[in-house]
Amino acid sequence: MKHSFLAVIALVLVAMLGAQVPGLKSVFGVVIPWLAFVIFLGGFAYRVLQWGKSPVPFRIPTTSGQGKSLDWIKQDKYDCPATGAQVIIRMILEIFAFRSLFKNTKSEVHSGPKLTYESSKWLWLAGITFHYCFLIIVLRHMRLFTNPMPAFIAALEFGDGFLQIGAPTVYITDLLFVLALSFLFLRRLVNAKVRYISFAADYFPLFLILSIGITGILMRYFVRVDVVSIKQLAVGLTTMSLPAADVMDKIGTMFFIHLFLVCTLMVYFPYSKLMHLGGIFLSPTRNLANNSRMVRHINPWNDLKIKPHSYAGYEDDFREYMVNAGLPVEKELPKASEPEA
Amino acid sequence: MYDGGKIITGLIIFIGLMTFPVWHNGGNAGVLPKQEKPVGKTACVKPTVEMRTSHMLLLNQWRDEALREENRKPFTVDGQDYEKSLMVGCMNCHTDKKKFCDECHLYTAVKPYCWDCHFPPKENL
Amino acid sequence: MAIPKAKELGVNVATEPSMMTGAIPKKHWMDNPVTFKPGNYCYPGKKSIVEYHSKSFPGLFGVPREWEVESDDWKLPENWQKIIFEGMKERLGKFRSFKIFMDCCVRCGACADKCHFFLGTGDPKNMPVLRAELIRSVYRNDFTAFGKLFGRVANAREMTFAVLKEWFMYFYQCTECRRCSVFCPYGIDTAEITMMARELLHLVGVNTNWILEPAANSNRTGNHLGLQPHTFKDNAEFLLDDIETATGIRINSLTFNRKGAEILFIIPSADVFAEPGIFTFMGYLLLFDHIGLDYTISTYASEGGNFGSFTNNELMKKLNGKMFAEAERIGAKWILGGECGHMWRVVHQYMDTMNGELRKTLEVPKSPITGTVFENAASSKMVHISEFTADLIKHGKLKIDKRRNDHRCVTFHDSCNPARGMGLIDEPRYILENVCNKFYEMPENTIREQTFCCGSGTGLNTGEIMELRMRGGLPRANAVKYVEEKHGVDMLSCVCAIDRATLLALMEYWNPNVGVCGVSELVGNALIMDGEQARETDLRGEPLAGMEG
Repeated sequence: MKHSFLAVIALVLVAMLGAQVPGLKSVFGVVIPWLAFVIFLGGFAYRVLQWGKSPVPFRIPTTSGQGKSLDWIKQDKYDCPATGAQVIIRMILEIFAFRSLFKNTKSEVHSGPKLTYESSKWLWLAGITFHYCFLIIVLRHMRLFTNPMPAFIAALEFGDGFLQIGAPTVYITDLLFVLALSFLFLRRLVNAKVRYISFAADYFPLFLILSIGITGILMRYFVRVDVVSIKQLAVGLTTMSLPAADVMDKIGTMFFIHLFLVCTLMVYFPYSKLMHLGGIFLSPTRNLANNSRMVRHINPWNDLKIKPHSYAGYEDDFREYMVNAGLPVEKELPKASEPEA
Repeated sequence: MYDGGKIITGLIIFIGLMTFPVWHNGGNAGVLPKQEKPVGKTACVKPTVEMRTSHMLLLNQWRDEALREENRKPFTVDGQDYEKSLMVGCMNCHTDKKKFCDECHLYTAVKPYCWDCHFPPKENL
Repeated sequence: MAIPKAKELGVNVATEPSMMTGAIPKKHWMDNPVTFKPGNYCYPGKKSIVEYHSKSFPGLFGVPREWEVESDDWKLPENWQKIIFEGMKERLGKFRSFKIFMDCCVRCGACADKCHFFLGTGDPKNMPVLRAELIRSVYRNDFTAFGKLFGRVANAREMTFAVLKEWFMYFYQCTECRRCSVFCPYGIDTAEITMMARELLHLVGVNTNWILEPAANSNRTGNHLGLQPHTFKDNAEFLLDDIETATGIRINSLTFNRKGAEILFIIPSADVFAEPGIFTFMGYLLLFDHIGLDYTISTYASEGGNFGSFTNNELMKKLNGKMFAEAERIGAKWILGGECGHMWRVVHQYMDTMNGELRKTLEVPKSPITGTVFENAASSKMVHISEFTADLIKHGKLKIDKRRNDHRCVTFHDSCNPARGMGLIDEPRYILENVCNKFYEMPENTIREQTFCCGSGTGLNTGEIMELRMRGGLPRANAVKYVEEKHGVDMLSCVCAIDRATLLALMEYWNPNVGVCGVSELVGNALIMDGEQARETDLRGEPLAGMEG
């Protein structure tokens, strides 16, 4: 944990100092973001393609409900899908509603011994809140990257700020984002089981994303920055038309810290557990129909040389016993004393 | 089985979504806001940099003081009194909503709710 | 090794310092090496048995040798680390699941308290996530940039002998039950990881005899116990006498290796020689006789179970291939499978893929009695006995007297594999509801897709690890106890042969007043056979309620 914390502090310092050096602003504002974005997309695609290079030899869905069986037995279509369409719904529920996590239970042992299980949705709640807030926040940021801005982003802006508290208006997602992340972090500290399995790769992204959130919030509500200049830079990044140097100078240091942390996240993403974003789509226990008996699944490396121990070999081993026991045989017993081939 | 087609389609959709602003803007940075100062004026209630980033705070503060605390004492800077008011304070100098408000707000996609209550000045109707 | 009494163990489980009781280990898990002592490991494979498997699969079972688990010299090949590395590389290239499950875990901990072994032992390395980390840490070290760069900070570690010992300990404390994978937000399936780990362990000759010997027997004689054809036949026919005693009728419809039979019936072989499986077997025979089914049983393919599936995919395939081969040889139209758990995992999710080439003339299964076409088995041509029976009942083809099970108060244990590797959940329930009057479900978090393992699957049903088994089976036993106390349940029914063996031991230990039976046994009890005598006892010879003489 301390490694991860120090790493994030170091990143903040790098950006903070770097942005002070004349000329480095364009490195932090343009070169690094571009590189980071390319690494993010390239790395993401690379990782997914690497996964894709390995086949799915067997159809191994986790059947979390009644499968397709006799017509009159009610199938749990979305927990045990039998068709492509049902799989798609299972996947949508998994990806957009975190369905499996929603089933979470908490087990305890009491004297007796007595084991108890109760529904436990906190992890699901914090997880889904965090992910949706992150998504909305990223989409909201599109107001800075697009000119003109598409209408759906305006709608998001309006919805997210509809409490109309303060100026600039407080975003609901900003609050929930920090709350959910804090919960996920505290859970790692407080829950002995999770704490025991957590290490740098779990704390680092938490700290990093939390820092991104905090610097963003600071910029909006406390250490305000010149949004017009930032948008000129952001749109410039998307159109390869870079703003004049004086525009860069109008942008405060906090922005460069925020941006540098985001860049770090993008570079880190493809090589970390954050790839679960891609992995969930490819998970063979979720994205396959439970129809292995209905439709043959082909394993590209199926070794046809592996044959069962043959019946002929079996009968050769046991022919005498079989005949004596009245079991039918393919080949009769040899005439007395004739050796078996 | 590989499902290569599905994986590549998925990746293309992913990259398409991720690069949304690039193809949405289509290489065109669009019109930049023209940031003008009111003609003939030399000073505002606060320095330009601060006004540019934080004018909304002041407006909020003024609204609270004037409407909620009924404190309508003018805001004095360098001996000059300014009315604590958007319509008759700020817009005394920054006369044109289009030019002084909308120019940047539209560009940065900010939609202040000032105009939920205030009528925009006549010339803009 | 003497194991503690149930009462003592029950206290231990709830009070000993463990992760289940809230104790927090002081040392990082990597600094906590395993110690083998009598009772916590399975005996290694006999040299002759490993030699036997190595003949079919050179290299896959390592170098045959005598070795001892407690020794610090496992007589591993000199380059064993390289063998593991290469083996892992090969499997990462062959199994997408392995790759993704190595990469995607976020350690959210949702799986942590889902494992029956964790619940029963409180050992952190029995949390599915940590079990996977045992191998993931090596994967990071050998295959990822972060692991190579940051080593221990990135939870990466080299493959050492200590790690190998840890693998042997904990990948043989996983029964591949898949309960964790139901809850994992990415569907990470520890069963899959355990399968990979066991394949790797086999490559360097680290194995258990309890798995390898039955697999060898199954290959040669057709069944786990190594019963030769005549013995198998005799055993089965003895049961005809028992059926006659209980029902007064002599069944003549049982045949073996009969060419031209419409249906090849394959059972877990335990059903012909061990209680309470034999009562299940009697149930099958009564049922088939009742409906006049044209079927035969093969002595060559006399094993439904597949201990190969607890070793590697190659041996799984080899053992499984007999089913199609035999069905083709005798010219059956389709295959009917008995009550067995991992058999059905293999039949349902692997068989057609692995051995589809061997089936040529089999037809889409159609019940000769009801005309129902089993579309869900259209390709693999193999139907589960519960599907078959449920269909018969639904069509009113069985004459049933439910009262004949009134001496039982029944609950149903979903076996892991049919539940989570097949989706066979409601068929047995439908049968139970139709053949007995007193059927009660265990609590909802312990049945259906959330069912708990018997604690001894995947070849762990051996006497040398009894305490571990009783701990691993505790969640199941505890749920049974709940319905025993609440409803007076005294019979735990299931559709799995390993369950019938292991639950028996588990019930004797934790809930001594509860028996274990197969669903088909209860069907057999309830069937009104033509020409039968007034039934006074069930198939076990125990008196029926209200029908005594």
